[in-house]
Amino acid sequence: MARLNTPEELSDFRQEILSKRDPDNPCISVCAGAGCVASGADEVIKAFKEEIEKQDLTAKVDTKGTGCPGFCEQGPIVVIYPEEICYVQVKAEDVEQIVAETIKENKVIDRLLFADPITGEKAVKESDITFYKSQERTVLCNNIKIDSKSIDDYLALEGYSALGKALGEMTGAEVLEEVKKSNIRGRGGAGFPAGRKWEGTRNAKDPVKYVIVNADEGDPGAFMDRALLEGNPHSILEGLILGGYAIGASEGYFYVRQEYPLAVDNINLAIEQAEHYGLLGENILGSGFNFKVIVHQGAGAFVCGESTALMASLEGRVGEPRPKYIRSNIKGLWQKPSVLNNVETWANIPLIVNNGGEWFTKVGTETSKGTKIFSLVGKINNTGLVEVPMGMTLHDIIYKIGGGIPGGKKFKAVQTGGPSGGCIPEGQLDLQVGFDELTKAGSMMGSGGMIVLDEDTCMVDVARYFINFLTEESCGKCVPCREGLRQMHRILTNITKGRGREGDIELLEDISETTVEASLCALGKSAPNPFLSTLRYFRDEYEAHIKEKRCPALACKELIVFHIDPAKCQACGMCLKKCPADAIDGGKKKIHIIDQDKCTNCGTCFEVCPDKFGAVTKISGEPVPDPLPEEKRMIAKKSPKKKK
Amino acid sequence: MSEIKFEIDGIKVKAKKGETLLDAAQDAGIFIPTLCHHEKLEPFGGCRLCIVEVEVKGWTKLVVSCVYPVEKDIIVRTRSEKIDRIRKTIIELLMAHAPDAPELKKLAKEYGASRDRYEKDPSFCIHCGLCVRYCAEVKKANAIGFVDRGINKEICFVPEIASQMCNDCKECFPLCPTSYLQAAFVLTESLIA
Amino acid sequence: MEIDKVDKIIDKHGGDASSLLQIMLDVQSENNWLPKQALDRIGEKLEVPMNRIQHIATFYKAFSLVPKGRHNVHVCVGTACHVRGATRILDSVEESTGIKSGETDLDLKFSVETVNCLGCCALGPVVEVNGKVHGKMTPVKTSEALKLYE
Ligand SMILES: Cc1cc2nc3c(=O)[nH]c(=O)nc-3n(C[C@H](O)[C@H](O)[C@H](O)COP(=O)(O)O)c2cc1C
Ligand code: SF4
Ligand code: FES
Repeated sequence: MARLNTPEELSDFRQEILSKRDPDNPCISVCAGAGCVASGADEVIKAFKEEIEKQDLTAKVDTKGTGCPGFCEQGPIVVIYPEEICYVQVKAEDVEQIVAETIKENKVIDRLLFADPITGEKAVKESDITFYKSQERTVLCNNIKIDSKSIDDYLALEGYSALGKALGEMTGAEVLEEVKKSNIRGRGGAGFPAGRKWEGTRNAKDPVKYVIVNADEGDPGAFMDRALLEGNPHSILEGLILGGYAIGASEGYFYVRQEYPLAVDNINLAIEQAEHYGLLGENILGSGFNFKVIVHQGAGAFVCGESTALMASLEGRVGEPRPKYIRSNIKGLWQKPSVLNNVETWANIPLIVNNGGEWFTKVGTETSKGTKIFSLVGKINNTGLVEVPMGMTLHDIIYKIGGGIPGGKKFKAVQTGGPSGGCIPEGQLDLQVGFDELTKAGSMMGSGGMIVLDEDTCMVDVARYFINFLTEESCGKCVPCREGLRQMHRILTNITKGRGREGDIELLEDISETTVEASLCALGKSAPNPFLSTLRYFRDEYEAHIKEKRCPALACKELIVFHIDPAKCQACGMCLKKCPADAIDGGKKKIHIIDQDKCTNCGTCFEVCPDKFGAVTKISGEPVPDPLPEEKRMIAKKSPKKKK
Repeated sequence: MSEIKFEIDGIKVKAKKGETLLDAAQDAGIFIPTLCHHEKLEPFGGCRLCIVEVEVKGWTKLVVSCVYPVEKDIIVRTRSEKIDRIRKTIIELLMAHAPDAPELKKLAKEYGASRDRYEKDPSFCIHCGLCVRYCAEVKKANAIGFVDRGINKEICFVPEIASQMCNDCKECFPLCPTSYLQAAFVLTESLIA
Repeated sequence: MEIDKVDKIIDKHGGDASSLLQIMLDVQSENNWLPKQALDRIGEKLEVPMNRIQHIATFYKAFSLVPKGRHNVHVCVGTACHVRGATRILDSVEESTGIKSGETDLDLKFSVETVNCLGCCALGPVVEVNGKVHGKMTPVKTSEALKLYE
């Protein structure tokens, strides 16, 4: 294929691709995202390719490894088009049957369908699955339809039509105008209106400007950017080129975290393909607009997601932020006006240009427009990526889409906004997701991490966990962040270990004020949030730890002891066999006892004790009952027979 | 260069465009405490002690004066209850490292900071970066640098350069607010030897 | 690592000081750690002082200044894995290998590191050994998995 020289040639070429594709031909899409690959997707893809070849179906059936559809819990996921039949937890062994029955005879294989955990109902189509039903997948939807290594797949789905439209019919100022009209706010953290940021850069006097994709996704427990980068890299690239055109930049950067090697590969490939078609480089589509893109890898530093640190890192320096009294859209990379946006923000741009800014505002709340992708993880039945309209309630996300809390446990809180976000308790589940709504509740939108916590999670430990993360990820330049976090972490650790003292809460509050007010960058300024928000809603847990040396969630290792309930122990011997510390005494038909002096609190006994007995319990803040006297330890009755 | 007029602690002051608040205050004889600032070095903004309150068109915010560029008609306050409270906490946090450093003791007295509020740390360095930046910016020798990050950040000599240059220079020693630097150098020397 | 290999990497990136990080990352991935001669060479060719290279090599966690073990064990301690018990998985890895996170054993068999989110939260807690993800781990499963590595 030669270069495309005009927007018309681009649409002709798209028609040509489409004409070669018969929409009625079966297409097998296997998710090749990180989660599914970990569950064996590569073997499944290989098996399909081999089986299709064996059956001589290569000409008729297309097999592709696609981006992540988000339902990682059930991976590997296989969707067969055009019927959109969705199979979950597919193994290589299932492939032969799928090809023989579904591909050849159009028969649905019942055992591979997803069964709703609550109703037990089977879903044939992907869109019937409750997890997808309540979502609105504007940005993520193409992930599963595109072979992430194929630009033709992207073109077939209207890819680069926004670029064609912009270069053919619009000026840069008009593109900017649509983005401003859309009111889209940045998806990476602060929620700053993208249009305003772009306008500042466009109006800056310096003729050299840059546009940058923030693909550093450092938030532990979030992977929506990864899914887009790996699954649909061209959508981000197209957004970036449009951004360059709108603000008058001729160079763009991707800053991708090094932990995402597949994302780096796919982006590099996408750039190569786009250059080959003349969608990048000199005189794009004959418009006279030149644009090139460079990919840089991060090197393992969370703070490099912060805009000024990211730019320092791009310049080849350590990622220490600088004061932002002059914004980076005026003075950024190499002191030049630079627009930095998050991956998801960029991926929305082609949609906005194609459909108009107005269209974008139709979905969402007053101040937060469009959809947002969240990474729904933790103690939740349907773990995965969910894309919902802004304004959906937390309750709907967690229960309708997420399917509630596993194991019959009770919901306690949902943590949003990444390490410096906050926890939202049950009483506020009616909250609508949106930038301002979450901030008001003491948390934030952040980049879209959503971690569900159940009754077994200790909120003091959650605060300690995040503060610990931040002590290691702080750049260490300024005192309130470096020293404040050091002391906060120390005090919180003491509390979870039962060494908390009266006055610790006040001490933590003092440090928090200084760290929030005086830190140099947003990492420090928001770092005390995990503490402040858990204190706001779960002060009683802090007090129980400090005053009674009790962990109400029975989670803090130093504050609990394991105990075998003599009334429940059936002397099955599981814990006795597995205890790594040899701390359990027992025998045939003899009630087991834990020697507290030897016990290391590893919890193995708790884990291996069969559910039907549930004899191992955790005790906190109360004395351990005395062990049974030797003569009472024999079990008279026979233990219940095992079912076959 | 255009002149910018504004107000610090009720005093009318003038400054050049691009000048920092701290410089303007010092020129006007108004004292703002600092630990990481040095007139020969680029502004750093690490210790945050020089934090002040700025009122812009009725909006009040806290800014760090050693890196904040002056603006027309702003009203600056160098002390307030909140500023003093923040400075006190900063000093207390630093005294966990260097409880007996004379500079910190003096500041502690002014702001009512207690030297033992936080659990002590074994390192005496308060990471003001004066030595590192002086060596790089003024001496252009780069014999000393930072390593690691966050709470593990430390200063570290580059042995090959230090063994050649440092003995004859040592200009950074008196800059160190805690006198830790000297100890670090002695240690490095003994390691090279 | 041979100096021409380092030179090749430097040339590939055009030898500009802004590509310092990218060059160091390439050396790291080719050689598994950053030997001193390699860093000296990079500093000399890019005209970047050693104190800056030292800071970069220790600031970013992707770099190692000591040789790494044959098997790289990454224990995910991202939030999703944490709430599903990653601490105990880490305990189990440290016990099985006899080293703490961030260390390499004397036989250069294992290097253990904690990482924040591998993007497989649905499978948490996860441990990655030499790039292969092991999901839904328990302490017992972890120690058994590690026994398989020679
Ligand atoms: C410590 C820290 C880490 C951040 N990490 C990320 C990140 O990983 N990805 C991201 O897109 N934004 C991150 N941000 C937000 C960016 O600074 C910036 O606001 C954002 O990339 C701007 O793009 P947006 O307006 O499209 O959100 C981080 C901010 C801070 C303070
Ligand atoms: S707030 Fe933390 S991360 Fe930000 S500059 Fe200060 S020390 Fe570095
Ligand atoms: S003197 Fe301003 S931050 Fe240190």
